[in-house]
Amino acid sequence: MVYLIIKELSPSADEVIIVTSSLMKDMNSRTDMYRANAIRVLCRITDGTLLTQIERYLKQAIVDKNPVVASAALVSGIHLLQTNPEIVKRWSNEVQEAVQSRAALVQFHALALLHQIRQNDRLAVSKLVTSLTKGSVRSPLAQCLLIRYTSQVIRESGISQTGDRPFYDYLESCLRHKAEMVIFEAARAITELTSVTTRELTPAITVLQLFLSSSKPVLRFAAVRTLNKVAMTHPMAVTNCNIDMESLISDQNRSIATLAITTLLKTGNESSIDRLMKQITNFMSDIADEFKIVVVEAIRSLCLKFPLKYRSLMNFLSNILREEGGFEYKKAIVDSIVILIRDIPDAKEGGLLHLCEFIEDCEFTYLSTQILHFLGNEGPKTSDPSKYIRYIYNRVILENATVRASAVSTLAKFGALVDSLKPRIFVLLKRCLFDSDDEVRDRATLYLNTLGGDGAVVETDEEVKEFLFGSLGVPLTNLETSLKNYEPSEEPFDIHSVPKEVKTQPLAEKKAPGKKPTGLAAPPVAPTSTVDAYERLLSSIPEFASYGKLFKSSAPVELTEAETEYAVNVVKHIFESHVVFQYNCTNTIPEQLLENVSVIVDASEAEEFSEVASKPLKSLPYDTPGQTFVAFERQEGVPAVGKFSNTLRFIVKEVDPSTGEAEDDGVEDEYQLEDLEVVSADYMLKVGVSNFRNAWESLGDDCEKVDEYGLGPMENLTEAVNAVINLLGMQPCEGTEGVPSNSRSHICLLSGVYIGNVKVLVKLSFGVGGPKEVAMKLAVRSEDISVSDAIHEIVASG
Amino acid sequence: QESCPAIKNILLLDSEGKRVAVNYYSDDWPTNAAKEAFEKAVFAKTQKTNARAEAEITMFDNYIVVYKFAQDLHFFVTGSDNENEIILASVLQGFFDAVGILLRVNVEKKEALENLDLILLCLDEIVDGGIVLETDGNVIAGKVASNSVDSGAPLSEQTISQALATAREHLARSLLK
Repeated sequence: MVYLIIKELSPSADEVIIVTSSLMKDMNSRTDMYRANAIRVLCRITDGTLLTQIERYLKQAIVDKNPVVASAALVSGIHLLQTNPEIVKRWSNEVQEAVQSRAALVQFHALALLHQIRQNDRLAVSKLVTSLTKGSVRSPLAQCLLIRYTSQVIRESGISQTGDRPFYDYLESCLRHKAEMVIFEAARAITELTSVTTRELTPAITVLQLFLSSSKPVLRFAAVRTLNKVAMTHPMAVTNCNIDMESLISDQNRSIATLAITTLLKTGNESSIDRLMKQITNFMSDIADEFKIVVVEAIRSLCLKFPLKYRSLMNFLSNILREEGGFEYKKAIVDSIVILIRDIPDAKEGGLLHLCEFIEDCEFTYLSTQILHFLGNEGPKTSDPSKYIRYIYNRVILENATVRASAVSTLAKFGALVDSLKPRIFVLLKRCLFDSDDEVRDRATLYLNTLGGDGAVVETDEEVKEFLFGSLGVPLTNLETSLKNYEPSEEPFDIHSVPKEVKTQPLAEKKAPGKKPTGLAAPPVAPTSTVDAYERLLSSIPEFASYGKLFKSSAPVELTEAETEYAVNVVKHIFESHVVFQYNCTNTIPEQLLENVSVIVDASEAEEFSEVASKPLKSLPYDTPGQTFVAFERQEGVPAVGKFSNTLRFIVKEVDPSTGEAEDDGVEDEYQLEDLEVVSADYMLKVGVSNFRNAWESLGDDCEKVDEYGLGPMENLTEAVNAVINLLGMQPCEGTEGVPSNSRSHICLLSGVYIGNVKVLVKLSFGVGGPKEVAMKLAVRSEDISVSDAIHEIVASG
Repeated sequence: QESCPAIKNILLLDSEGKRVAVNYYSDDWPTNAAKEAFEKAVFAKTQKTNARAEAEITMFDNYIVVYKFAQDLHFFVTGSDNENEIILASVLQGFFDAVGILLRVNVEKKEALENLDLILLCLDEIVDGGIVLETDGNVIAGKVASNSVDSGAPLSEQTISQALATAREHLARSLLK
């Protein structure tokens, strides 16, 4: 008991000399329990110096005959490894001996300690694993440890030539062990092997299936959780367990039931869907919101996989939409319905009606406005738009101001696109003129005027349609910055001056590849400060102001090696018919001041370019970066390529470091820089699209060009994919630039904007043919056939 | 990174969720307030379930909790969410059995509080700093018995000697196996 108290108080070693000396005496006492506890306590309160004193005793204790003492010393060793690793590492001989001990738990503790000591030495760990898998391991806990270490060795060694993993047989034999914890640990380890094949998985899954019907909740839970993880990557392997899992839906333990349902939703096939839906309906009321969202998302993926079943799944979603639930949950359901409407054309009418019924008593303004907006875009395209009008107009009468305003906009959209409805819409909008809220009245007035006519059935002006339906054309953050910079003056604010460049969404934000982004939210826009800066910089230079709008600026390319006297990188700015090279120079020599810095560019290997202007840098002192520019003209719209060699020319003046004053005389000097290339990718802006399929459809195939190419031998698909992406300079969409390892084929979706503001979409299908030979099919769609041809040119010559 | 199976805490609560004996082995709950909040949450989540015949399991907050009830005592063992659940269950079973042996007749709150020192020693012998020391209930009870031969002030000698006698019996039996 006293030991417990000392441990709890954990004084530092120098405060309790008395206690430690008596503890040390205890360590040698005859009663083994005292020795064990004394060791544990001492190791808890010891510091480095004390530890060296008792080290001898600890080493003896590790190999002591009494297992309790040995375990105590070993476990203390594991803890001490965190604070005094060098000391503990000296005990590895004794620990090695302890691993051979006949006492079960001693072996377990010794194995743990030995592994920790040798963790960083891969070879040692591998040897340890090899010897023990052949030897005898006495306790289930030690077996579990060994399985974990074996998995680590497998992971680090990769797949051998014969195609079998090393030690896989050992793992498989553990599946037949007596102790359940070992069986489970082995099954879990197998399922977590990287790029595991179905053949390797089968024995593990059989074992887990047996666990599913165990009477112990712990086993059921462990099994269903592991199968759930496997179903994400290998749904086919888990289908055998479906029957057992269906019975788990009614399990008393709600966690087990939820896991079973989500797994079934991933592995279900078309025929079982109806049955599954019935079971899930009863189940949804029992679980918490966070689980419900998981189930909803699983249902969405299931419906996209089996589009013919949309009716029952859509009904299910609208039913749960009507029940109680939090905002996140309802938003997830609404998003799912919207995605289903977008991707399954047959589902549109039913889906829209469901959404209309939902907004009748939706308590979340955000959702109501989003749905109304969506209705405005999709409703007019349906076969009978008038049936939605009632729902929308009711919102105008019944809801709060935000929703009313949104409903007015929606009515206007209907009026704009469906000419036959115009008279009625006019009447409704006129009533809105008497609304109590400013925004509603303003909108009603605006739309009444823009829709044209007096409520007669007239074709709406194209401009009006563009106004109502078109996007803003500029990203919102850019507009905001421009508005902030606008100073009130005689000139009105020009929306065309707002830069259109958008930094595409960082890929880390995107969800797992394959999932479509949420339906209603517009793609977020990242800040574009560098682009703004370049724009401002270039437009402030009078020589370049006439070049027009900046199309693209490349990333800085280093023209000097690191640690050289002058560090220069270049940014290539592409305009309609010009190219400007901005050389950012830094002088790293404190004793020098450079003046009249300019770059002499030799464009002999770039015939399509002709130099038109050069702007030297007046002065480049130490450690202050400066810019010098050279501009080239090229044929408008032609994406010329070429190689440029560069030489930095300047006048160098010595600087007295103590005074900072420069001499009056300088010497002309030159400094060779690396070559610079303008490639086709420079003419391509990386602009992503959120829904590739829609964009592809809307581009149409009149400017489509498809061709096949052999890419020659490549290490793996990832290398091929990356090479083509870099060559084209386009933005990969929906995470398709990531190639799952060991796959033999891949589809990559790219999008971009080509010079001349031509939207381009590319579908690449890669396949691994013979040994390492990669073949690629390239399908290009754009607004201009010559651009499609150009893309193929790039690939053919690249 | 492969690591030794780690236990985060072992809790023994009464039927209202208040502490009887607890031991924490991880820094996930640095303050006492955090610990008590966790105990309250875990108790609330498991209150309505029935974990008397078999050990039950649940997951929340990225932890896995296995638990078992006996009369008015609730036993909990917590691990991280990628721990082997069956190892946690065996620790729970060891604790449960050992307490059963030590409290002999009545595994209930009153007995536990009267023999709190035994319970605390028991907790100490099962897990050290998160590493499992022992999972066999008999062996654990035996270690507690030999420990408390020279322990501090027992509450009543009679209780202790009863417990010790039983514990020695069990230990002898398990050594003979």
